[in-house]
Amino acid sequence: MPDQVTLTVNGTSVSVPAGATVAVAVAIARQACRKSVTGEPRGPLCGMGICFECRVAINGRAHSRSCQILCEPGMEVSIDE
Amino acid sequence: MSREEERHFDVLVIGGGPAGIAAAVRAAECGVQVGIVDDNATLGGQIWRGSLENGPAPDALHWLRSLQKLGVTELSGMRIFDQPDTGIVRAEGFEGSCELRYRYLMVATGARERFLPFPGWTLPNVMGAGGLQAMVKAGLPIRGRRVVVAGTGPLLLAVAAYLHEHGAEIPIVCEQASWGSLARFSAALLAHPGKIGQGIKLKRQLGRVPFVPGSWPVAAHGRERLESVEILRHGRREMIPCDYLACGFHLVPNIEFPSLLGCKIQGGYVQVDEFQRTTVDGVFCAGEPTGIGGLELSLIEGQIAGLTAAGAVASARKLFGSRNKAVSFSRMMDRTFQLRTELRTLPSAETIVCRCEDVAYSRLQGHTSWRAAKLHTRCGMGPCQGRICGPATQFLFQWQPDSVRPPTFPVRVESLASVTEHRGASALQQ
Amino acid sequence: MSPGFDAVVVGAGIVGAACADELAHRGMRVAIVDRDVVGSGATAAGMGHIVVMDDSEAQFVLTRYSQQLWQALRPSLPRDVEYEQCGTIWVGADEEEMAEVRRKQKYYVARGLPAEVIDAKALKQLEPNLRDGMTGGLLIPEDGVLYPPCAARFLVERAQQRGAKLILGTSATQIGEGRVALSDGTELRAEVLVNAAGSWSGELTPGIEVKKRKGHLLITDRYPGFLRHQLVELGYLKSAHLVSGDSVAFNVQPRQTGQVLIGSSRQYGAEQKNVEHNILARMLQRAQEYMPGLGALSTVRTWTGFRAATPDKLPLIGPACHDKSVFLATGHEGLGITTSLATAKILVNQIMGVPSEISIAPYLPSRAPKEKVHA
Repeated sequence: MPDQVTLTVNGTSVSVPAGATVAVAVAIARQACRKSVTGEPRGPLCGMGICFECRVAINGRAHSRSCQILCEPGMEVSIDE
Repeated sequence: MSREEERHFDVLVIGGGPAGIAAAVRAAECGVQVGIVDDNATLGGQIWRGSLENGPAPDALHWLRSLQKLGVTELSGMRIFDQPDTGIVRAEGFEGSCELRYRYLMVATGARERFLPFPGWTLPNVMGAGGLQAMVKAGLPIRGRRVVVAGTGPLLLAVAAYLHEHGAEIPIVCEQASWGSLARFSAALLAHPGKIGQGIKLKRQLGRVPFVPGSWPVAAHGRERLESVEILRHGRREMIPCDYLACGFHLVPNIEFPSLLGCKIQGGYVQVDEFQRTTVDGVFCAGEPTGIGGLELSLIEGQIAGLTAAGAVASARKLFGSRNKAVSFSRMMDRTFQLRTELRTLPSAETIVCRCEDVAYSRLQGHTSWRAAKLHTRCGMGPCQGRICGPATQFLFQWQPDSVRPPTFPVRVESLASVTEHRGASALQQ
Repeated sequence: MSPGFDAVVVGAGIVGAACADELAHRGMRVAIVDRDVVGSGATAAGMGHIVVMDDSEAQFVLTRYSQQLWQALRPSLPRDVEYEQCGTIWVGADEEEMAEVRRKQKYYVARGLPAEVIDAKALKQLEPNLRDGMTGGLLIPEDGVLYPPCAARFLVERAQQRGAKLILGTSATQIGEGRVALSDGTELRAEVLVNAAGSWSGELTPGIEVKKRKGHLLITDRYPGFLRHQLVELGYLKSAHLVSGDSVAFNVQPRQTGQVLIGSSRQYGAEQKNVEHNILARMLQRAQEYMPGLGALSTVRTWTGFRAATPDKLPLIGPACHDKSVFLATGHEGLGITTSLATAKILVNQIMGVPSEISIAPYLPSRAPKEKVHA
């Protein structure tokens, strides 16, 4: 069984298999990654780091492309607004 | 502050997909110093993307082992964003940026999916076909979820088969190409028996999943996320409840960096000679940026480029025959999966076309060029730098893209602040 | 044959647009010609600031007058013009610069422009992302920023509502003697021809001293709250003042979108559009010296533009020396957006033979040339 990694997404604790991306963690938490310029909820589109729809703030760093970032224990992920 | 580093290579490969890996391996086998750069955490690009479950793609395994055995320097998690001078590119990673010097550059930047706007396409859980597959490979649970697969291109079947294998329920695969086009394609496949074998295998994997040519999505519905997809099929609309929509309209080559280098672009692809050399001295290009051709062609082109750069020209020549065969297959694909004009009528006035800046379709109509639209509506001024809305508006309005400026990808200000010109310096003199 | 026009304006940048708007407002039948789209030259490239400058008395008068015109126009401006009265802070890094801050404040206040000296502590509160150790600054609350291409489009549309005709995608190849020859082979005739062609105005009116002065810019992704005011280093004037060589100066601006716009650079003799790595890097290093946090922000794109520069740093507004039908409205360097409205007013006043609110003498094309300082 793969190891699990625990992190928080918008304050909620989420457990994912080690090696999963932050975008997956956000999806498992049933959250949107970001709010668009006019306030629409958005999630990953291209899955390869090009569309920028998967952006979240990770440990305070804004505009992090979550589909290319692996989850680490204790990461604090929040919606990019 | 960025960490300043400098690395030197005889051959530097940009892009860790099949073309790049093949180029790196063949060049390294000839004994030259090779480096390969890719922005993902592990090599493989898109088609060879590894999965959480199974590790690297099976096809890729022996190539990846060769890479390691040959001592090729792998620079993962790094993006090339600029060329300050001949023989030098700059790359940014999560922590810092660095300078990479080369004698020969292999551009193997691959392709991305083409997205076309339609009402509701911005809802969470509407993704590209390759996009959803990438997410599943990265750990997204898909067992028992309903996924409508739609759009165009061979990727759809491959993705549908993959998702099906992993327990997704697939109510339908909508291919916008007509039965006629596909029948001609299948007949022409007789010249490519290997492909027929692949096709049969996919069909078997898909079992009873309905594959419907001549159909396409017209709207995605849902409040906070996708709840159902409306498709058009034989002139009739059908509503299909689902959890995900995997929708992509074939592929667009990633030609931004070669454009910045000054490589001649012909018909939207990087122009290369029979040795995969671009019009810029010392720069090769292999794989999708020279023409959407799929895995086999990418591997052949990558090898030709790598061998040529390393001086093994005779060996490179030996591959010309198999390349010609693979090219004819890729041309067939282009014709088969051409976009039908009805797809231009999909967006409504309020449909968002530029997702970064939330610019609606109605605001874009009436502008005569990409540049005018950009200036007056901000379309294309977001972080995707027009990679998503560019191909869409090119299809909708026939706009031609702008010239490319550095950075070819959003990077931190400090990474650009570290760029300096080196007059006359080149890897050869090092 | 062309329909009857009283005036033809060549150039639909911010200055041409403002002139066309004012001409139409005063009842003239106007044609506007541009070879590209509205607001596509320096108007598209610039920082869009509305800023009062005091490099000379004449510059102060023109910028202040025009700033007030923008304030009056503000209620009519549509949302996409993104007008924001964010104010400017001229930042001081040492005691010498604080002395300059105090001098400027006296100068401005004596002329009725609100200006407040702020100390290091107040500066840190107003702009927490400035590095420690700044000595203070000068706050000009009435300065602002806007998005120029949409401002130009607004002015052109207003002119069109009064009957002005917009001709895009054709260049003017020759102007003079009441005629504008166009590259499509046609010709426009009018008694009044306005050369508002910015950094290309010297091609249309030979002998005028307008040279291209290249600038680089960078815009970041959205970081709302990172920056509240336009910030300029006091050395900016030294940079703008230099008449040869390349220079950079710290100048950042908050956009309404939350993006940070970073400038500024000046080069003479650089006529290619390409982004030059050296000068871009220098500009960004300078910006990081003042605001270290800029380094971590994500860049969305960089670009260049050409300012239209004159030897004495003042624009050319008034009749051309050689031809009764040609009027100049060009040479605005880095103050095109700011002074566009005032330019239009004093130009059209001259065309109609009526006096202006400010003295027009310093901007007349016929003014006595100062020593030629262009390289």
